[in-house]
Amino acid sequence: MFVIKSESRRQMFYMYLFISPWLVGFLIFALYPILSSLYYSFTDYDIIHPPQFIGLANYTEMFHNELFWRSVTVTLRYTFISVPVQLLLGLGFALLLHQTLPWRGFFRTAMYFPSMVSGVAMSLLWYWIFNPQIGLFNYMLSWFGVHGPAWLMNPDTALYALIIMSFWTAGSGMILFLAGLQGVPASLIEAANLDGAGRFRIFLNITLPMISPVLLFQLIMGLIDSFQVFTQAFVMTQGGPNYSTWFYVYNLYTSAFKEYRAGYSSALAWVLLIVVMLFTAVIMRLSRRYVHYEGGSRR
Amino acid sequence: MSTVKATRPLESPSRLRRRIKPVKIASFVTLIITTFLMLLPLFFMVSTSLKSKREMLKFPPTFLPESWAWSNYTDIFETLQFGTLYKNSLIIAGFSVFGTLLSSALVAYGFARYRGRGNNFWFILLLSTMMLPYPAIMIPQFVLFSKMQWIDTFLPLIVPAFFGSAYNIFLLRQFFSTLPEELFDAGRMDGCGELRMWRTIALPLSAPALATVAIFAFIYSWNDLLTPVLYLSSSDKFTLPVGMASLTSSRFRIPPWHLLMVASVLAMVPIVTLFAIAQKQFVEGIVLTGIK
Repeated sequence: MFVIKSESRRQMFYMYLFISPWLVGFLIFALYPILSSLYYSFTDYDIIHPPQFIGLANYTEMFHNELFWRSVTVTLRYTFISVPVQLLLGLGFALLLHQTLPWRGFFRTAMYFPSMVSGVAMSLLWYWIFNPQIGLFNYMLSWFGVHGPAWLMNPDTALYALIIMSFWTAGSGMILFLAGLQGVPASLIEAANLDGAGRFRIFLNITLPMISPVLLFQLIMGLIDSFQVFTQAFVMTQGGPNYSTWFYVYNLYTSAFKEYRAGYSSALAWVLLIVVMLFTAVIMRLSRRYVHYEGGSRR
Repeated sequence: MSTVKATRPLESPSRLRRRIKPVKIASFVTLIITTFLMLLPLFFMVSTSLKSKREMLKFPPTFLPESWAWSNYTDIFETLQFGTLYKNSLIIAGFSVFGTLLSSALVAYGFARYRGRGNNFWFILLLSTMMLPYPAIMIPQFVLFSKMQWIDTFLPLIVPAFFGSAYNIFLLRQFFSTLPEELFDAGRMDGCGELRMWRTIALPLSAPALATVAIFAFIYSWNDLLTPVLYLSSSDKFTLPVGMASLTSSRFRIPPWHLLMVASVLAMVPIVTLFAIAQKQFVEGIVLTGIK
């Protein structure tokens, strides 16, 4: 009895010893900032002078602020097109490349390659591609007799240009889907094939349920990433033209570090946090019925 | 009923063979077209980087440079203090990778190998921090680091890495959980301390997972724009993304596309190199840890 107790104590001691770097980091870099950001959101704060408590003023201002609503629509529009299409493309590439085909290794690397250019380099490259005078995009459209718009300089097309650009990195999702597809037992598919199930039936009833955890993971991560788009707006459009690419986090960044309104910006941050949590919770709840885990529930 | 069963095994092999072919051909053609489209921007990135200032403004764009302006690759080091940018980025990414590997491997080991009260609670909390958007915490972090006088130093970009990153801890924990307990029992019999078991048993067996984490950490740090934009103010401390972003600013009436492309190509070099070296381990790591 005594021995068992000391063993479990020992276990607990070492667990806390090993995880202590994260525990400390969690307190300093997550919990403390979240709580102080909540406090700042009720204050007027310019980072230099001490914050002044002003109650809900930041929140009421936000809901009457045109730029806030603009940033919400821009971000949601981007998210609702780019995330599903990226998922479908990633899954499609993975399905194609899961078969035995000649040059499979080359195709896999080539598809993943663009994902290695992410960030500023990618924004610069596509800034050139969308250039109306000398860029590649309109040149290629001209092969089909289409006269392309001035993509990034036109308020009607700038956001769609950024959405098109986002498809270019679908290869990073493909890698995860490929890993998921490798976990689908070949015996199951063979059995279904012998029972006369077609490709589509097999995909719908076996493959899709088996890779649903990967799909769910990517959906949630994709949403969270998409709510935080910043680089493209910062490098390519500065939120313009005419606020057509005024992304939420770009709005947040501008309020805090250009207008020095850290209090208002903290309120924006909290709204973002709540929206992300809500989206995640809703998706998790909806997915419970559709996502399949081997051997029932998982730790 | 019985006739159906009898005919199927006879029919299916030939039927399968016949059915697979058109699908495979269609897949192959689709792949060729999409791969072409995916690689085309990259091709132009490299080709434009080797064009002269005059040729880069030509329309339609030439596929290959008329005269190869290799000097672009040396010019950029003079006009942009590109060497400094590169060095800064490498220093920051190097420390971040080291910090992430060290701390994430320790924390993941703690979660995977020891059962104790709170294990599950902390782990779920860790997972939920993956959903925490950085912008939600960046203002208080900024205030904290400015109180510590860390503004315009590399510290805000390096130090947090030493406290573990949720995604990488999760990945490594999944991997460590698959290591057989017997190995550690044997080590314990030999009087091996817990920290030494971590270093001499767990780490050497985890090369693929550690390589995956190293690549993730490097890419993250190398590509990050928002954090260095917040914390670095003097241009000799800028990282590569910050310096490159400034290239599009109003300083130039017409953006120097050929130089922008040189910068983009050079920014890709370390990532591609790393990926080429560790590719096998990287893919293995993703498969083994399984994002589930």
